Amino acid sequence: MGQKRQIKVGSQWLYADDAAKLLEEAMQAQRREEKLKHDDHHETFISKYVFSVDHKWIGVQYGVTALCFLLLGFTLMIFMRLQLGWPGHAFNVLKVLGEGRAPGGVLLPEAYNQLGAMHGTIMVFLAIVPLAVGAFGNFLVPLQIGAPDMAFPRLNMASYWCYLPGGLVMLASFAAPGGTANSGWTSYPPLSVIATQGQTWWILGMVLLITSSLLGSVNTLVTIIQLRAKGMTWMRLPFFVWAQFVTGFLLLLAFPPLEAAAVLQLCDRVLHTSFFLPSGLVVSGQILNVAGGGNPLLWQHLFWFLAHPEVYVLILPAMGIVAEVLANNTRKPLWGYRSLVFAAMFLGVMSFVVWAHHMFLTGMGTTISAFFQTTTMIISVPSVIILSAFFITLWGGSIRFTTPMLFALAFLPMFGIGGLTGLPLGLASADIHLHDTYYVIGHFHYVVAPGTIFAMFAGIYYWFPKVTGRKLNDTLGRIHFWGSFVMINGIFMPMFLQGLAGVSRRLYDGGIQYAHAKPIAEATNPFMSICAIGLLAFQLPFILNFLWNVFMAVLGKINCGPNPWDATTLEWGAAPSPPLPHKNFPIIPTVYRGPYEYSAPDQEGGDFLPQHVDLTPAEEAALALPLAQEA
Amino acid sequence: MTDHSAHAAHGDEQLAAHDDHHNDPASIAKELKVYWLVFGGLAVLTGITVGLCYGFDLPVHTAIFVALVVALIKGFLVAGFFMHLLNEKKLIYSILGITVFFFAVLLWGPWHHVYDLMK
Amino acid sequence: MEIPYNVAPRPDTGLYNAKLGIWLFLASEVMLFGALFSSLILLRSGAPSWPRGWEELNVPLATVNTFVLIFSSVAVVMAWANFRLGEFKKGRIWLGVTLLCAAGFMVIKGFEYAHKFHLHHYPSTSNFFAIYFVMTGLHGLHVLGGVVVFGYFAGPGSKMYFSERQRFINRIEVAGLYWHFVDLVWIFLFPTLYLL
Repeated sequence: MGQKRQIKVGSQWLYADDAAKLLEEAMQAQRREEKLKHDDHHETFISKYVFSVDHKWIGVQYGVTALCFLLLGFTLMIFMRLQLGWPGHAFNVLKVLGEGRAPGGVLLPEAYNQLGAMHGTIMVFLAIVPLAVGAFGNFLVPLQIGAPDMAFPRLNMASYWCYLPGGLVMLASFAAPGGTANSGWTSYPPLSVIATQGQTWWILGMVLLITSSLLGSVNTLVTIIQLRAKGMTWMRLPFFVWAQFVTGFLLLLAFPPLEAAAVLQLCDRVLHTSFFLPSGLVVSGQILNVAGGGNPLLWQHLFWFLAHPEVYVLILPAMGIVAEVLANNTRKPLWGYRSLVFAAMFLGVMSFVVWAHHMFLTGMGTTISAFFQTTTMIISVPSVIILSAFFITLWGGSIRFTTPMLFALAFLPMFGIGGLTGLPLGLASADIHLHDTYYVIGHFHYVVAPGTIFAMFAGIYYWFPKVTGRKLNDTLGRIHFWGSFVMINGIFMPMFLQGLAGVSRRLYDGGIQYAHAKPIAEATNPFMSICAIGLLAFQLPFILNFLWNVFMAVLGKINCGPNPWDATTLEWGAAPSPPLPHKNFPIIPTVYRGPYEYSAPDQEGGDFLPQHVDLTPAEEAALALPLAQEA
Repeated sequence: MTDHSAHAAHGDEQLAAHDDHHNDPASIAKELKVYWLVFGGLAVLTGITVGLCYGFDLPVHTAIFVALVVALIKGFLVAGFFMHLLNEKKLIYSILGITVFFFAVLLWGPWHHVYDLMK
Repeated sequence: MEIPYNVAPRPDTGLYNAKLGIWLFLASEVMLFGALFSSLILLRSGAPSWPRGWEELNVPLATVNTFVLIFSSVAVVMAWANFRLGEFKKGRIWLGVTLLCAAGFMVIKGFEYAHKFHLHHYPSTSNFFAIYFVMTGLHGLHVLGGVVVFGYFAGPGSKMYFSERQRFINRIEVAGLYWHFVDLVWIFLFPTLYLL
């Protein structure tokens, strides 16, 4: 830091060097005080690590649990890919599924259905949403807005402790008679209503997960609205916080209809009502003995009323992470901050009125089809605005190709492919051909896997130093990135070809029993499966990197300062790494400027202006002109 | 405690004193009167809706219309006075506004679909 | 570390945390019951025949229950007002009245359910009874939730009145908002299920 620069501490102007010293002293004093206090009412192991009310630890709990589920969901996919690549072939590894599912290592069709249903459920509800919202949201939102914790710390704890049992119930369902849920992650009735007992467990698990995300979303929203530090106006919020804000509303208002639907399906299964069962339903050659008069479309409406906003729950936090990483590594202000914010809000609102584009083939009338087609086309506009703003941000930046930046950069074209391939699906006529084919699988996996999951990895590499005080190894990070990037495209790109050739998405042999699907399935499926195994192999450097650095951090070996990336937002400059337990900041910061003031000219000791740093009036005036031009 | 939070805490005390609800006995007494009036209104409206729909055996469509209008008025009374929505912050209004919009969409979509199928 | 704006409102929003929290929660409740109303509309408009509510259900009992619930809403605001006036005892009595009303509501509901079962009307009998049991059942669960909350505030939780008075009053206000919402749901449930 330069001698020249002065900053304001309280009501006093100090040289930056002196201020830094003072801050360090204050932090040490704070730590001593903290230690004394802790000796007073020492937190037990249980209250500190199990039933913690500290948002940072809850975020870590969410993150670790979600990463485990991510690996589990991925493993289920590997099992499916083995079957798809080499149908009917015996694999020793499949024997872990048990004789009931894979006798002699050959996967049974009903077991394939179980794997498919649980892969989807685990990935969406137990891995990515908890990672994006539970882990990143919980850990970062209070830090980025300058709050000591979430607004309701105990509710926050309850949210995690609803999520974990929900996940465990889902896992336990594998042991249910007849195996776990096997009606797809969408659980369409009537199939799901007459399915084996695992489906009931699935519903119970979902009810717990929905409760968890409801508690979490109320907490996030209240925190963002109420606990912003002094000077943290709405338009000074980092874009990540905005993304979490919109996500919070989506979770809050879209999940309850699924909760209602889950209750109705539970009644159908347990109390033998017929909300989703039409009259005269024939099962195994016999008319089902129920009152009838229900409507399977009701489930689809209620399900997709959640599940479409859910897509934006998956993608918005990812965009938020990418925004932070991009601005930091291009060393430039994010281009079009306001447009980004309004696009995100518009995206949120629109996401509630597009759900029936998943149902074009259910016999909807032309009016309603046309309505949902139109809204679907409209919702692509804000997505394009966001993506364009990210691309323009790159323009003219002096880009640092750090590991998080590589993942964030890969997100852009990958999400672009995922988004653009969605357009034909949103048009009712094109959807007739593409509906329920591998094209759909390719489309949403491009959005979620190399899109969202890559952004999550960017976030993990980027904020790992804040959580632990250690940077992850860069070489291993690069191996992880390049390997994953190549392999993941090898898996998903051929899916578009398969889908255009008309291969249906739920065939357990990949389509070789159908003449039209056989050539393309045989040509691509083994290759895709090899890529999937390759993708698994390229996660090993990450797992190694992660565990090693966590281990070293637990030993107290810190290898970087509080702000290793020279970032501007509050969590980097105003808090130590890791931030102080239960209060985050030694001194609650005051915010003086927007979140992305990089490329600030004439800054000695850095090209960036942290949000909490005040300048002398003369410096402010000198900066005003160039910054205005920049904006 | 830092400068800022100490200052904020001081400001909060002042604010708590004149919150949106007037806490002096006279205005609370006035409030109570309003509550009892609202209770009376709700009771009368309940009587009306039961009398018309149950006692008079109105045709279905008329009954739906009458019952919904009465229910809306009753809902307005409860939300407006008991939940003091008539005197609430803008932020709450905007949250509820969004919710009501999505609620309407949720009612409309599935209904319209079935309506199309029946034609 | 104290969480800011736990008790006193934040100047720019004019709200304290719990009040914003409860309204957000109620917004999600609107969507929960909204989905069930939507289901009811869809099922009824798609059904070849649907009974008028009063043909199958007991309107007089439900009318009594409506009055009970409305009165309990008044009791909550009376409790709230009395706590604000500094009348701790009166406030607590009104909380007791609220609890009595809630219990009364559940007892009457219990008689209704018992009578239905006696007539062999179960959720599986028809979609009319299915949606009736699900909606009133879910509403009943909300009433039970209210009983737990008010039971706590009238009993062990009332100590807070003497230690952190404003916070206790806030709690009563917030719990009251929830309770009025439960009342509000019933105001719509009653005609749609019983009268139409």
